Amino acid sequence: MGAVIEVRGLVKRFGRFRALDGLDLEVEPGEVHGFLGPNGSGKSTTIRVLLGLIRATAGEVRLLGGDPWRDAVALHRRLAYVPGEVSLWPTLTGGEAIDVLGRLRGGLDPRRRDELLERFDLDPTKKARAYSKGNRQKVALVAALAADVELLVLDEPTSGLDPLMEATFQHCIREARAEGRTVLLSSHILAEVEALCDRVSIIRAGRTVERGTLSELRHLRRTTIDVETERPLDGIASHPGVHDARVDGTTARFDVDGPELGAVLEHLGRFGIRSLTSRPPTLEELFLRHYGQELSEAERAA
Amino acid sequence: MSAALAGTGALIRFGLRRDRVAIPVFVVLLALLVAVTAAESEALYATQAERDAYAASMAGNAGMIALVGPAHALDTVGGDTAWQTGGFGSVIAALVTMFLLGRHTRAEEQNGQAELLLSHPVGRAAPAVAGLVVVALADVLAAAAVALCLIVQDLDAEGAIALGASIGAVGLVFAGVAAVAAQVSQTTSGMYGLTGAALGAAYLLRAIGDVGDGTLSWLSPVGWGQAMRPFAGERWWPLLLALAAAALLVAVAFALLARRDVGAGVLGTRPGPPRAAAWMTRPVGLTFRLQRGTLAGWTLGLFLSGLSVGAIAQDADAVLGDSEAVDDIFRDVSGTLVENYLAIALLFLAQIGAAYAVQVLLRLRSEERDGRAEPLLATALSRWRWAGAATLVAFGGVVLVVGVSGLGAGIADAIVTDDPGRVPELLAASLVAIPAVWVVAGFTVLLYGAAPRFAMVAWVAVASGYLLGILGPLLSLPQWVLDISPYEHLPKLPADDFRLEPLVWLTVVAAALTAAGFVALRRRDVGSV
Repeated sequence: MGAVIEVRGLVKRFGRFRALDGLDLEVEPGEVHGFLGPNGSGKSTTIRVLLGLIRATAGEVRLLGGDPWRDAVALHRRLAYVPGEVSLWPTLTGGEAIDVLGRLRGGLDPRRRDELLERFDLDPTKKARAYSKGNRQKVALVAALAADVELLVLDEPTSGLDPLMEATFQHCIREARAEGRTVLLSSHILAEVEALCDRVSIIRAGRTVERGTLSELRHLRRTTIDVETERPLDGIASHPGVHDARVDGTTARFDVDGPELGAVLEHLGRFGIRSLTSRPPTLEELFLRHYGQELSEAERAA
Repeated sequence: MSAALAGTGALIRFGLRRDRVAIPVFVVLLALLVAVTAAESEALYATQAERDAYAASMAGNAGMIALVGPAHALDTVGGDTAWQTGGFGSVIAALVTMFLLGRHTRAEEQNGQAELLLSHPVGRAAPAVAGLVVVALADVLAAAAVALCLIVQDLDAEGAIALGASIGAVGLVFAGVAAVAAQVSQTTSGMYGLTGAALGAAYLLRAIGDVGDGTLSWLSPVGWGQAMRPFAGERWWPLLLALAAAALLVAVAFALLARRDVGAGVLGTRPGPPRAAAWMTRPVGLTFRLQRGTLAGWTLGLFLSGLSVGAIAQDADAVLGDSEAVDDIFRDVSGTLVENYLAIALLFLAQIGAAYAVQVLLRLRSEERDGRAEPLLATALSRWRWAGAATLVAFGGVVLVVGVSGLGAGIADAIVTDDPGRVPELLAASLVAIPAVWVVAGFTVLLYGAAPRFAMVAWVAVASGYLLGILGPLLSLPQWVLDISPYEHLPKLPADDFRLEPLVWLTVVAAALTAAGFVALRRRDVGSV
């Protein structure tokens, strides 16, 4: 079975503005795929292309084996979508909105709907105008999760949820994966991505800059080492792959590139290691490396 | 007490600043309505004999009295102006007062601004007091502007002040009603619903009272205003009745305010259905469910307009008077004056009905702009079925909305002439305009599909049909300009003979415009509004 989502060299132009500039994205069946990027990097635009709401300017896009622009309606029967900014009809109740969205997709399981309402602690008899942001998001989540579909497309689905509901959401996504569904999760909450995602794609300015499993990404990145040795350290700062070293006699702290880690440890062993802690890069650090360029550009401009 | 009022002064200044456009617009428009009516009444009748004939025919017209108010001194410009504008002006003042007060009180609570405000050293009663002061000021200004306009036109000063005061007083009573409703209901729409219902009941009571022996009119605040009899031997004591009622209502509102939580209402919110009925989860059902209030409002409004058009039809000669403008519009066509008047008035109502279709169709645009279309179109709902549902509700709804205007005119005319055959005749006269209305609707679909950012241009199409129809003959515009309006091609029933051919052509044009709009919608990006 081929990939659920296959995007190659996707370009989307709005007038002169290039929102997407050769983006690649591949999501395998049954995986939870994290889709990360700073604000305005093109995550929502990519999702709109995948839903056939907007048409790609150039590039190849396949969704569930079909063309999302041409086969929109047929493909939509097999997926459910939660937008980042949920806007509902103020005069309908939450329960009515869930049913409208669910039945227009082709029906939803009423037992599962009621169970999800309970788990997300959502009152379906309230008019949507009385809902908070978090509750509006729950309406969209219940409508999507109650659907019997192959693919869930979630665009920052938890930005208004409290920590308790965040836990419920994570539980639901794990269940969805256990049932064999595929999930594309665009998120700003890196802890959520680390907890849920098998693989991630990080995009920046409409282009994919990193993709792979979290451990692959970590391997490519620097690990921070704190070490204390019996004899004074020597030759660490100049060792290949070592960065930002601060050596003070028998203690040192430095970052080391993933591929050089083995060689560096061997080097350290010669001085008699008393204690050593290593900390792999967090997703946040990975993410900030790509932000970093923008940050320093912004600082320079200021 | 002083703690509950802390910050009122600052809130009044803030409220006046927020309403610095709305209040002057309301005051000027209301004064203009009265001033233009007086000027028209002055110009319309060349001799006192004509004016007397008009007064006699109106004084005996129960339909017009039910619609407008009790007829006093219609043989004078002042009396006629007070008759025509007193009731309607009061309703406008009441509605504006309600909306302004709602914006300053219940809407602030519903949207959470009140919470932010009351976390400051601001008394709990301060927002309501400040809101009432602001709307009372608006009503007093409107009353003064109305009086001033009429005095400038050389009408009797006492009558002018009485007319202004009667309109302002009804506004103040409904400030009290709206203040109570703002405590009772938890939502702004609920507050407007309660106040609107009270206003409707007040107008109905006075209509029945005025046609009957007048007793019921005394139960209606609108009736109190008209009981002041501007320009017809003014009476001032009904003004005290209105002010006392306003004061009592405000006292009730503050008693309720002191007993409830901020954000809560006396009634609380009723829970809605936890599940959607099966019919409303289909595209047409959903569109109808979201738009049924709009449809009901337009149906009622155009039915009442039709009634008023029909009620005065047989008196058209007296009502229209003698002027060149009237000749240009109503007499230079075949048929009798009554039939010409009905044809043109019903066509005018059909053009207003076109605004309903445009409103329904432009809802597609706001649904798209506000992000409600996106989740729908991410389901198995295709763009064509989504827009098609709105098209169906617009094209079908307009048949109802325009049809009831003819039905109303037919019923009223049938009562006046004692000829039930007038009902189907005038119903047909209104329905014949439907294909032209569809052309405007089809143009709206095309605009929305092809250039959603400029879809508001559809309102120009609505207005231009009316402008070309009225101004065309007055300005002697060339025929090809007039032919731009789809309404120009209609047979003018009941004055003309029925012709099918133009109706077929108009329907074909409407269908072509709609189809082009659908093709364009399928090809563009969603969310590019």
